[in-house]
Parts: sequence; structure tokens; C-alpha cells
Amino acid sequence: MKNTLKMTLAASSIAILTACGGDKEAGISPQQFTDALHLVMDSDRAVYTKKVVGRLTKEEKVIKASEHFMDDKALPLPAQMFRFGAETVAEKTDEFTYSLQSLWPINSQNAPVTAVEKEGLQFIVDNPGKNFYKEETLGGKNYFTAIYPDVAVAPVCASCHNDHKDSPKTDFKVGDVMGGVVIRVPLG
Amino acid sequence: MLFELVWSQDKSSFLIGEATHGHHQIELACATCHTSPFGGGEVIQDACVGCHGQELASAEDSHPKAKFTDPRNADRLAVLDATECVTCHLEHQNEQTRAMGVTLADDFCWHCHQDVAAERPSHEGMEFDTCASAGCHNYHDNKALYENFLVKHANEADVFMSAKRPLREAVTQYLANNPNTKALTVADIELVEQAPGEVYQHWQASTHATVGIACNDCHQSADGIWQQQPKIQLCQNCHQQEWENFTQSHHGMRLSDKLTQTLSPMTPAQGRLAFQPSSLAAEMTCSTCHGPHELNVEKAASESCLSCHADEHSLAFEQSPHGQLWQQELAGEINKGEGVSCATCHMPVVEQGKQHQVMHNVNHNLRPNEKMLRTVCMNCHGLAFSIDALADKDLIKNNFLHAPSVHIESIDMALERLK
Ligand code: HEC
Ligand code: HEM
Ligand code: HEM
Ligand code: HEM
Repeated sequence: MKNTLKMTLAASSIAILTACGGDKEAGISPQQFTDALHLVMDSDRAVYTKKVVGRLTKEEKVIKASEHFMDDKALPLPAQMFRFGAETVAEKTDEFTYSLQSLWPINSQNAPVTAVEKEGLQFIVDNPGKNFYKEETLGGKNYFTAIYPDVAVAPVCASCHNDHKDSPKTDFKVGDVMGGVVIRVPLG
Repeated sequence: MLFELVWSQDKSSFLIGEATHGHHQIELACATCHTSPFGGGEVIQDACVGCHGQELASAEDSHPKAKFTDPRNADRLAVLDATECVTCHLEHQNEQTRAMGVTLADDFCWHCHQDVAAERPSHEGMEFDTCASAGCHNYHDNKALYENFLVKHANEADVFMSAKRPLREAVTQYLANNPNTKALTVADIELVEQAPGEVYQHWQASTHATVGIACNDCHQSADGIWQQQPKIQLCQNCHQQEWENFTQSHHGMRLSDKLTQTLSPMTPAQGRLAFQPSSLAAEMTCSTCHGPHELNVEKAASESCLSCHADEHSLAFEQSPHGQLWQQELAGEINKGEGVSCATCHMPVVEQGKQHQVMHNVNHNLRPNEKMLRTVCMNCHGLAFSIDALADKDLIKNNFLHAPSVHIESIDMALERLK
């Protein structure tokens, strides 16, 4: 699976991939790839949030979740868990990278850096429910970049961010797009 | 072929420049770092991580490679390639090497954080060579310097009423885990001709006798032959953690299993610090500090140190308040744990795995010295007092003879931002 992906992604740009849609050898497109990755990431984060953090901190009240989980002997926050996953992937492969970003980040490391990230994060705020896809060139290499909205699904999303001293925005509400998951795949 | 020929011989002529303080002891074990004669930076990188990776992980490194490999950082990396150790730590560049082996100009933070004042007005006008030198930030280890930590420990007393260092507990832990252990006395063992009588007395009073370890456990080879002088490597059979830590330090690095070549133990004669002339030939092994039979760890905690170390800081220790407390503890005038020895700061009892053990790597918390805050200073002193003391160069020279005369404003700034 990994090898086929590597070959198709390395050998073709999206244009070629879609043009030869009838060819069984073509494999999956970068967008199918990032959509699938996002589905896994999103589901894992939801499960961690509900079945680990939510259950243990609110229902069973046996442990807290904290940004300083090491010192507080607590659970890492879902957004940190997500970032640690991304950093672990980065240690193992350069075939894709991902991050959770926002135009109003608590952690300034999560602010958009590239022009496409800035454009895409604004796009998903302006067009609720839509994803954003674009190619970009970074350090002389071409990438397919996909950005998926990250929505305040529960009141705590908004309240924790609004109350955090490092948050540049203090009026998030349930339903707001708070940021986005950025997934990037190198092309040919 | 030609390469093999030259490579296997004396390599001192290949040295292109003196090695740093960190590596000079092993500078002739070239292949440890230069794992392939034709390798580039990535080969060296593996060698760096092989020895320093674990330490970076436990420091919760603020700038790990994994944070920079995302292509979104391509522009930043073009300015400063933060994915490779050698970008900041070049070897064999004596003239431009600064504290901690850094070969970049001290204001390197500027490259990525030039707009910091936009977000933190308090930082307006600060020089970029002060970020990492003023006791405020480190590039790798910020475990005791992050904002919420500063806030949490603001307003602490200079000296706690409860001041006490953590005590050793390896023996009690061992006995708890091995309830069938039987202590031995001289009556239980076969006496050996080669050994003078005092060896038996020392042994009987030692921890080894308490945990049932006798002569043959160390002095007999696998095929039953008496070893008059067991090798130091033998200690690691039982003391794996101590061995690992010791061989990562400037005391034991020449014996590290990670070297591609066997070196002799370190001696003060080979060192770059000031040492007692009488100690120059002393070889650094386990029994240098605590003799194999006596196992006197109190002696090991400062008397041994001072038998070799003779720089200004070390020589000032005995007159310092810490040194006075240590004398009082040895004399039984204060409680155990209330004194401060060399080892209290340089070889503290720390949590390793699930156990509290003596940290045998004297370099683990040495530089940047803010690494001492959590495991050492804050057992007895408040955070603000401790940060100030570690930032006071004179205090380090005179071994903390008086209260700090500098003040670092980091906690004040963290509190200000909460208002
Ligand atoms: C207990 C507080 C807390 C809660 C609840 C919380 N977050 Fe966060 N969130 C944080 C922190 C802290 C970070 C920064 C993590 C890091 O270091 O990368 C963060 C990061 C983020 C980011 C990346 C941008 C940034 O702000 O750094 C997004 C997007 C985000 N959270 C969305 C959400 C959503 C959506 C929810 C609800 C499902 C949520 N958060 C719930 C504390 C919280
Ligand atoms: C527990 C007692 C001791 C303590 C706390 C202690 C402390 C230290 C520290 C902190 C360093 C690292 C210095 C640096 O990296 O700049 C060091 C290095 C060193 N110590 Fe000790 N030491 C002790 C005992 C000894 C003894 C008994 C000897 C002599 C046999 C000795 C010989 C050396 C040598 C040779 C170095 C390396 C110097 C160099 O590389 O230039 N030390 N010690
Ligand atoms: C690899 C060689 C060594 C081994 C196997 C070893 C082993 C040990 C062990 C088992 C203990 C008791 C630990 C505990 O109770 O938690 C100890 C304590 C101690 N060792 Fe070593 N050691 C070694 C080298 C050294 C050296 C070279 C020094 C001096 C520089 C040293 C200084 C000390 C001190 C000061 C203590 C006691 C500290 C305290 O009481 O808090 N050791 N060592
Ligand atoms: C006689 C006992 C001691 C010995 C043998 C000893 C040994 C050493 C040595 C060899 C160095 C490195 C010096 C250099 O690089 O020039 C050092 C530095 C240092 N020691 Fe000690 N020390 C002793 C006591 C203490 C005590 C009791 C404390 C803590 C209260 C302490 C804290 C420090 C600090 C903070 C540094 C400076 C690290 C830096 O900023 O580079 N030392 N010590």
C-alpha cells in the first residue's frame, strides 16, 4: 500500500492522475489520499476526546487534562495529542505532513506560514462546510495541500480557547470554524 | 585501501582543529562521529543523536527536529537549518566556539523570532543575545522556564523551612523487591588468602554485605577462576543505570560502550580544568570515588571530589554555607538530608524510571545551569531566588557564598502579563 502510493504520488501530478482515470494502474489521487488521512485523524481525535479525555475527566473524574500534562501528571489535550502524532510521523516519513492550525492560535507555532495556508484557513472560515485544496511550491518543491475545517463542536472548545491567556481571539462560539487541519503531500 | 591504511594508525595528525570542551576526551576516537569516511552531515547527525538523543527527549526539547521538517518551514530552514545539530554546534572550530559548544553568534534567536515584540510588548528593545543568556530561555530545555511554571512558583520564599534534599532509596527499594535477600557476615563466607583483614571489615559494613553480595560475586570469572582485579565493566552487570549515566559524563565518557574504540579511563592529567597536582594520574572508575569494599558514599559525595578538583568554585565549597551544612550533617549535628555536598548538586538523587537513583552523569544538569532548578535548587530554594543565583557568575565562582546580586525579571514579566 505504502509503496504504490509512493510511486503514484511521486510519478504524477493530479492533472495526469485525473486524466487517466480509466487506467487501473493509476492508483489514488492526492486528494483521495489526504481525504482518507483526514478521516483517520479526525476520527482518532474524536475518540480520544470522547472516550479518554471526556470520560475520565468529566464522567469518572479520575484525572485532569492539562496543557502541562507532564508536570501535572495529567492527560495531554486533544490538540497536543494531535501535534505529537504529527511530530512522530515527521520523524518517520516525508511522504506527507500535517498540522492543526488557526488564524487565531493559542500556540503561535500553529499560525499559518505559507500563502496557501493563509488563503485556505480564511477560505474555510468564509465557506463553512467546505474543504480547501491547492498546489503550492515550497523550497523549490511542489506540494498538494488540503485544508479541512476544525469546528467548535462543543461549548468547551470555545470557552477554553476564549479564556486562554495566549488566545488572540476571545469570542469563539459553538459552531465556529476555529481553525483547520492542513495536510501536505509532495508531488513529483 | 589507502584510506584503511591511514585510518587505522595514529590519527592525531588528522585533527583539523582542537575539539570542544564536550568532546576533547574522545577526539581521537574519530569513527565514533565520522561513522563513514565519505559521509556528510546526515551521518554525523546519527552519531549526535546516538549519544545525546535520550537527553534531548527527557529535556522535552523545545526545538526538536520533528518540528522543522514540515515543508512549511522551508523558508526558515533556508536561513537556519534547525534539523541538524551541526548547524549550531560545529566541531573543531575552537576560535568561534561559545558556551555549550555553540558556534553561531549569540543572537541566533533573531532569525526566527525577530517580531517577538509584536506579541510580547514587554520584549520591546531587548537584545537578541540576551534571550538565552539571561536565565530566561534555552533553545532545548525550558522545563523550568515556561510561563505557567514561573507563575506557579512566583512568590516563593528564598529558603524553604522544609529544605531537604531527596535521599537515596535504592537499597530499601531493592530489599522490598527482593524480600528473600539474606545479609551476610564474615562468618558466612570462605576467606581468601589474597585479601588483607581490613577488606573483610569494610565489606561486612557495606551495602554489598547487606544485600548478600560476597567476594566471589565480583572476584570470580564465569569459569571459576579468581580475579585479583575485577574489571570496571563488571560493575555494570548489577548497576546498569549507574554505568549508563557515568559513561555519558565527563567522568566516564572514555569508557562508553558507544565509542568505536577502547580508551583508557579519564585522568585529571588529560583534563582541561584545574586539578590537585597529586591527583593527576588518578584514573576515573567506580572505585575512585567509592572504594569497592568500603562503598563509602558520604566520602564519595565531596571528599573524593576535592581530592581531584581544584578550580576556584570547588576550592570555595568548604567555606560556603552549603559546605558548612555538609560538615554539620557529617558530624550528626543536623538531620540527614539537610546538608549540601558536591554530589547534592552534581549527582542528585532523581527519578529514573520508577526509582529514585543517584544520577551518575555529572554533566546532566551542568549546562545550561537552569537545568539544576527543578531537581536540585528547588528542593530548598524558591524559583526566583534560584534563577537569580544561577545567573550570578560571581556566586558560581565563590560557590554560593552570599545572596544573589543580580535579578532576572522573568517571573515579574510573567505575573505582569496575567494582570
Ligand atoms: C482545555 C482547553 C482546550 C479545549 C477544551 C480545546 N482546546 Fe483547542 N487548544 C488548546 C491548546 C492549549 C492548544 C495549543 C496546543 C499546542 O500546543 O499545539 C489548542 C490548539 C487548538 C487548535 C490549533 C490552533 C491553536 O489554537 O494553537 C485548534 C484548531 C483547536 N485547538 C481547536 C479546538 C477545538 C475544535 C476544540 C473542541 C473540540 C478544542 N480546541 C478544545 C486548548 C483547548
Ligand atoms: C562526586 C565527586 C565529584 C564531583 C561532584 C565532580 C564534578 C565534576 C563535574 C561537574 C565535571 C564536569 C565539568 C565540565 O564538564 O566542565 C567533572 C569533570 C571531571 N572530573 Fe570530576 N567530580 C567529582 C569527582 C572527581 C574525582 C574523584 C576525579 C579524579 C579522579 C575527578 C576528575 C574529573 C575529570 C578528569 C573531569 C574532566 C575534565 C575535562 O574534561 O576537562 N572528578 N567533575
Ligand atoms: C560506573 C561506576 C559506578 C557505579 C557502578 C556506581 C554505583 C553506585 C551505587 C549503586 C550507588 C548507590 C546508589 C543509591 O543508593 O541510589 C552509588 C552512590 C554514589 N556514587 Fe557511585 N558508582 C559509580 C561511579 C561513581 C563515581 C565515579 C563517583 C564520583 C564521581 C560516584 C559517586 C557517588 C556518590 C556521591 C554516591 C552517593 C550520593 C548520595 O549519597 O546522594 N560514583 N554509586
Ligand atoms: C566541592 C564540591 C563541588 C565540586 C567538586 C564541583 C565541581 C564543579 C565543576 C568541575 C564545575 C565546572 C567548572 C568549569 O566548567 O569551569 C562546576 C560548575 C558548577 N557547579 Fe559545582 N562543584 C561543587 C559544588 C557545587 C555545589 C554545592 C553547587 C550547588 C549549590 C554547585 C553548582 C554548580 C553550578 C551552578 C555550576 C556552573 C555550571 C555553569 O554555569 O557552567 N557546585 N562544579
